[in-house]
Amino acid sequence: MKDFQAGENTGSIVSVTDKVRQVNIGAPVTSVQFLGDNAAFVGAEENVYLVNVQGDVSRVAVHSSGILCATTDGTRIVMGGDDGKLVSLDASGEVKLLATDAKRRWIDNVALHPDGAVAWSAGKTAFIRGGTNEEKSFDAPSTVGGLAFAPKGLRLAVAHYNGVTLWFPNMTAKPEVLEWAGSHLAVTFSPDNKFLVTAMHEPALHGWRLADARHMRMTGYPGRVRSLSWSAGGKALATSGADTVIMWPFAGKDGPMGKEPAMLAPLQARVSTVACHPKQDILAAGYGDGTVLLVRLADGAEILVHRNGSAPVTGLAWNAKGTLLAFATDDGEAGLLEV
Amino acid sequence: MPEPTSQKIPVTVLTGYLGAGKTTLLNRILSENHGKKYAVIVNEFGEIGIDNDLIIGADEEVFEMNNGCVCCTVRGDLVRILDGLMKRKGKFDAIIVETTGLADPAPVAQTFFVDEDVQKNARLDAVVTVADAKWLSDRLKDAPEAKNQIAFADVIVLNKSDLVSKAELAEVEARIRAINPYAKLHRTERCKVALSDVLERGAFDLDRILELEPEFLEAGDGHDHHGHEHHEHDHHHDHDHGHGLKHYHDEEMQSLSLRSDKPLDPSKFMPWLQNLVASEGQKILRSKGILAFSDDDDRYVFQGVHMMLEGDHQRAWKEGEPRESRLVFIGRELPEQTIRDGFESCITAR
Repeated sequence: MKDFQAGENTGSIVSVTDKVRQVNIGAPVTSVQFLGDNAAFVGAEENVYLVNVQGDVSRVAVHSSGILCATTDGTRIVMGGDDGKLVSLDASGEVKLLATDAKRRWIDNVALHPDGAVAWSAGKTAFIRGGTNEEKSFDAPSTVGGLAFAPKGLRLAVAHYNGVTLWFPNMTAKPEVLEWAGSHLAVTFSPDNKFLVTAMHEPALHGWRLADARHMRMTGYPGRVRSLSWSAGGKALATSGADTVIMWPFAGKDGPMGKEPAMLAPLQARVSTVACHPKQDILAAGYGDGTVLLVRLADGAEILVHRNGSAPVTGLAWNAKGTLLAFATDDGEAGLLEV
Repeated sequence: MPEPTSQKIPVTVLTGYLGAGKTTLLNRILSENHGKKYAVIVNEFGEIGIDNDLIIGADEEVFEMNNGCVCCTVRGDLVRILDGLMKRKGKFDAIIVETTGLADPAPVAQTFFVDEDVQKNARLDAVVTVADAKWLSDRLKDAPEAKNQIAFADVIVLNKSDLVSKAELAEVEARIRAINPYAKLHRTERCKVALSDVLERGAFDLDRILELEPEFLEAGDGHDHHGHEHHEHDHHHDHDHGHGLKHYHDEEMQSLSLRSDKPLDPSKFMPWLQNLVASEGQKILRSKGILAFSDDDDRYVFQGVHMMLEGDHQRAWKEGEPRESRLVFIGRELPEQTIRDGFESCITAR
């Protein structure tokens, strides 16, 4: 994306809505992932809708009922469902059953490691299956709220009530616990492996500097933070939850400690999803009123991708090259933009 | 809550001490031919003999909100399960949350007060407590959980009423009424109660906070309790209402009703109420009120669970409708005189 031309006349916003390829999913979408250049719109129930660059839709049945979580490593999407199953889907449309919970519990969370290991959780138990297909499990003190693999080594962050446990499945050492009162949900490592951040049940983030477990409180949101995205190179963390995109600076050794976050793209609606461009200092933001904007991080310049007036934006993703943006709303309106 | 109530999924909380018959009632709700589909959140899988992919196991995980208030506890597992269930919107009409026999209903109710996402999609309909006619009197003495469940209830299903004598039944009802005179009470055998009496009650619907009158006996027995209701209820001695119901005083848990036909000063009342629940919220289990403010032609209604309050202007006072304020508190060791004095100080001098 070389030509981010937001225009200097701030009176009217530059729009690329006419360049968006409309995709009709016809069912609620809860996330969007990319498998190469195919966009995968993950439905709230049963199906994933694979869409190629031309906009052709093919529906693939993956679960027998609700799809609770989904993630991708670029070659496959792994999903957990309320049918107690963990399944994967590749770009060719092939579905594989990876695991079935013995008690048919909901699979609430899933994470993928670049080397092929997969982690998932059901209730309080986190499971991991490495390249050798050996399965290991870890019981958290309370229900697992989120899972994330560290960027280096085989280390899994398990978020739960009152903190996060860092579990090293291949080591006998006792897992390390980072404590902070409250319910921790989504969890993410900074790409440089120096910080760990959780989105809490209350409208706040909590972070730890991993070297010394120093706390970072990131508060002030009007609503719960449900979407987190690291900017290219991990310089900042973009978040939903307010009526602007909140960007916490992570470039220095202290992370956001003692610093103000940047506030970009204010609207009269709450940001519901954020997706940073994989290579450039640009992000896409989806809002509760259906608006999708492209935002330049340097100066906050905006380009309109999708107008307001629909259900909340629930899925937003870039392909790995950063040439395609896909978005979808809670009522199944979706679009693809080549940039 | 700005979203229209009607589109939200109603959630019924089913409580009751161990062995009272919760599972019997649940099985009845699920097996009866009512044309509705229920999602059920249970603690013990397998107790329900009905195959239904909308039966979900819960862990009853309570956590404290980080707001410095120790009684601000919510059910995190419920937040998660409701969030997951909403992916299957349209596949069910209502949700029933069964709690364990030893559970406090407050964290479940508070989840609906504090969680924005839960509020957006679901509404608390009522707390239904199943009680065992034979053993409840004993449990009220030795099990604080049982007392909590009675105090919290909007609907009480007094089950196994066929296993006790009439005198014993009257005794246990009087014990219940000493704690909670406001809940609807149904005597049942094997939990045989009309489902419309336990489901879709709208007990937490601000628009339906109309019935703040105590229910002493089943409706239609012809007695008139307006005689003593116009004055404050006297809880300090056992007395007989003339229709055979003994009046007990529970030492620990009681209700307190306040009433005034003079308007309240909102600039005094609101801070008073907020301070009251902030300082005494651990003792106050439930609170409700219909309020007439000075220079205000609209009725104001509120309800609360412990320290959490919600309230709104409801509608204009009707022509000829007495502009009267009524408040009810149910709680343990309520500082009655302090509350009464505080309330009196909010009444306008005019």
